[in-house]
Amino acid sequence: MEDFMKPTPLKTKYFTPGVIVIFVFATIGILFLLARLFFGLGAVTNLSNQYPWGIWIGIDVAAGVALAAGGFTTAALGHIMHKEEYHAIVRPALLTALLGYTFVALSVAMDLGRWYYIWHPLIMWNGNSVLFEVGMCVMAYLTVLYIEFIPIVTERFIGRVSLPGFLSVLNKPVDSLLRILDKTLDKTMFIFIIAGVVLSCLHQSSLGTLMVIAGPKMHPLWQTPILPLLFLLSAISVGFPMVIFESLITSKSFGLKPEMKVLSNLGTMIAPLLGIYLAFKLGDMVIRQTFVYLNELNTASILFLIEIIFGIIVPLRIFISPKLTKTRAGLFIGSALVILGVLLNRINNFIIAYNPPYKFTPYFPSIGEILVTLGFVALEILLFRTFVMIFPIVSVPQPLTSKTKFFIRGK
Amino acid sequence: MSKQTRRNFIKTAAVAGSVIAGLPKKTDAAPKNILSEDRMGVLVDTTVCVGCRKCEWACKTAHNMPTTPLESYDNREVMKKMRRPDHTSLTVVNEYEFDDYPEFPIDVKVQCMHCDHPACVSACIVGAFSKEENGSVIWDSSKCIGCRYCMVACPFQIPSFEFHKAIQPEIKKCDFCFSRTKEGKLPACVEICPMEALTYGRRKDLIDIARRKIELYPDRYINHIYGETEVGGTAWLYLASRKFEDLQFPKLGNSPAPGVTEAIQHGVFAYFLPPIALYALLGGVMWINKNRKKSEEGEE
Ligand code: SF4
Ligand code: SF4
Ligand code: SF4
Repeated sequence: MEDFMKPTPLKTKYFTPGVIVIFVFATIGILFLLARLFFGLGAVTNLSNQYPWGIWIGIDVAAGVALAAGGFTTAALGHIMHKEEYHAIVRPALLTALLGYTFVALSVAMDLGRWYYIWHPLIMWNGNSVLFEVGMCVMAYLTVLYIEFIPIVTERFIGRVSLPGFLSVLNKPVDSLLRILDKTLDKTMFIFIIAGVVLSCLHQSSLGTLMVIAGPKMHPLWQTPILPLLFLLSAISVGFPMVIFESLITSKSFGLKPEMKVLSNLGTMIAPLLGIYLAFKLGDMVIRQTFVYLNELNTASILFLIEIIFGIIVPLRIFISPKLTKTRAGLFIGSALVILGVLLNRINNFIIAYNPPYKFTPYFPSIGEILVTLGFVALEILLFRTFVMIFPIVSVPQPLTSKTKFFIRGK
Repeated sequence: MSKQTRRNFIKTAAVAGSVIAGLPKKTDAAPKNILSEDRMGVLVDTTVCVGCRKCEWACKTAHNMPTTPLESYDNREVMKKMRRPDHTSLTVVNEYEFDDYPEFPIDVKVQCMHCDHPACVSACIVGAFSKEENGSVIWDSSKCIGCRYCMVACPFQIPSFEFHKAIQPEIKKCDFCFSRTKEGKLPACVEICPMEALTYGRRKDLIDIARRKIELYPDRYINHIYGETEVGGTAWLYLASRKFEDLQFPKLGNSPAPGVTEAIQHGVFAYFLPPIALYALLGGVMWINKNRKKSEEGEE
């Protein structure tokens, strides 16, 4: 008989040697961010009038959004397709998306020359601007993600609110507030879940439209009017690999047994998604006859080939094989390749492909830019660890006596 | 799902849908982008320009930007290297030497082209750029958030940014002397030019003048008015004695730079129908799947 699984806060020591290294990276990143705030973008980054956007946009924002796609793809699978066997992965994926998008917003703010005006798009609209649409959708989706997270908070704290000191008089009101929230959300959650998927489809694709306006400044291998479609397809195909990858790492780091059955089943769904993405990517190349650029051997053509071969074709081969998708190594390597492939694709689109007509020095990210990017990733990992230790997110086997049934939202 | 909850489901979904539909229609949400019949422009005759760079000085002076005295501009050393307009100078003159006529270098003044269908206006997230009635494309500091998308979008690589500033960095570019022309004055660079290489006038008339010049002096000019059709036309127009690519003008198509993006954008958001349809579709799928689960459970 199978163990009964239930999301539970994980208990373990917070600091391990690995976590301490991550902590150091996070601290260094924050120091460079402070430098950016006090001395301006020019002091910390290698950005210039030739290269206005660097890795903070290409990696932190563009790749960050793509790699947080696990949130909406699992929501679609678990809630909209209503596949209950996947409910165990919905919460970790939701948390990743929540943290991912929070850091996307933070990265955008830090990249803005006038970060303190980040609210301007709320009242100053330009419907023609793709960036405006991306910004609005991301803001809306971030809100939806926080709302989707509330039930996890209420589940954790209803009947357990105990504020310290004199605040304890508030225990009762806070508890009832949580209960009201919980009840209202229980009935309306499906609205947010669907809205989350719609908003994701919109901004995942629009992120691709962003670079279309750069026109001939973009290398023809990537510049295509179907960029939005390619971005959407790649985001959808990186969603499950991201969930698998993270689940394997979380289990390893917390000493749990990975949910191999669920993960393998997820794995079998990746191949068709990758296949569709590959078909459109190659089809686009054939129709626009851009393969001629592959004859020249340069950074662009090499990176394009790496992106296609190691980011799509090799993992596709892995996920097609039922044998490999059943093994931990197969899942891990396959997922990691898809993730790296999409990461490289976003870097290619936003940085490598950007070829301004007048340039003096080529762009290469500064130490500061790299350390801030690493710092953000480190902070995200630390927060993820904190959250899974406070909130019931990761499903762990329960003693069979447990009567409480795993509480599922949107039902 | 009972009848009651089913009805609720549909009702709530409908409310959510109409909230999304209530978002702005594209027409009220676009920045000012006027294409007046009588918009002004400047015709730059690069065969006349001698590269005295007085326009650089005049431009800085008119915009209260720091500058060395006018005499220092006689020093032609700086022209050995290609320069671009930036926060220290909204316009620069570059000089190109060619082996076939080494004694006659060609000088090219560079500044914002004031496009008829400006990519910067279309791209700016907050609509800080606008195309004004007189043809100028100007930037509103009170709106800009410093995202630099305008720089990514501009096909001529014109907007520059004050990367060195931590607070209120600005986008810097030629504003076609908007405040001067409002008072009936000439743009500072046009006014000072001793060779009359710059002609200020209605864009329509400038094109006629340029055509006539080409007709009268077919040996002096190549048969191409740069800016007449490039990216849908620009307010600043150029004449030259040799191919514009040789003078480092970008080779651009004739369709407006924002065209493709706006088509995609408005296709996806046509009256918000596609997002709403997707919403409805997903809602339907969710509903069916739930009911199926329910009935399966009922049979058990
Ligand atoms: S040249 Fe660039 S900055 Fe000037 S109007 Fe055209 S798109 Fe805008
Ligand atoms: S930097 Fe300023 S002017 Fe340029 S697109 Fe961003 S908000 Fe608009
Ligand atoms: S039109 Fe005015 S702002 Fe533009 S280059 Fe001439 S002087 Fe400078």
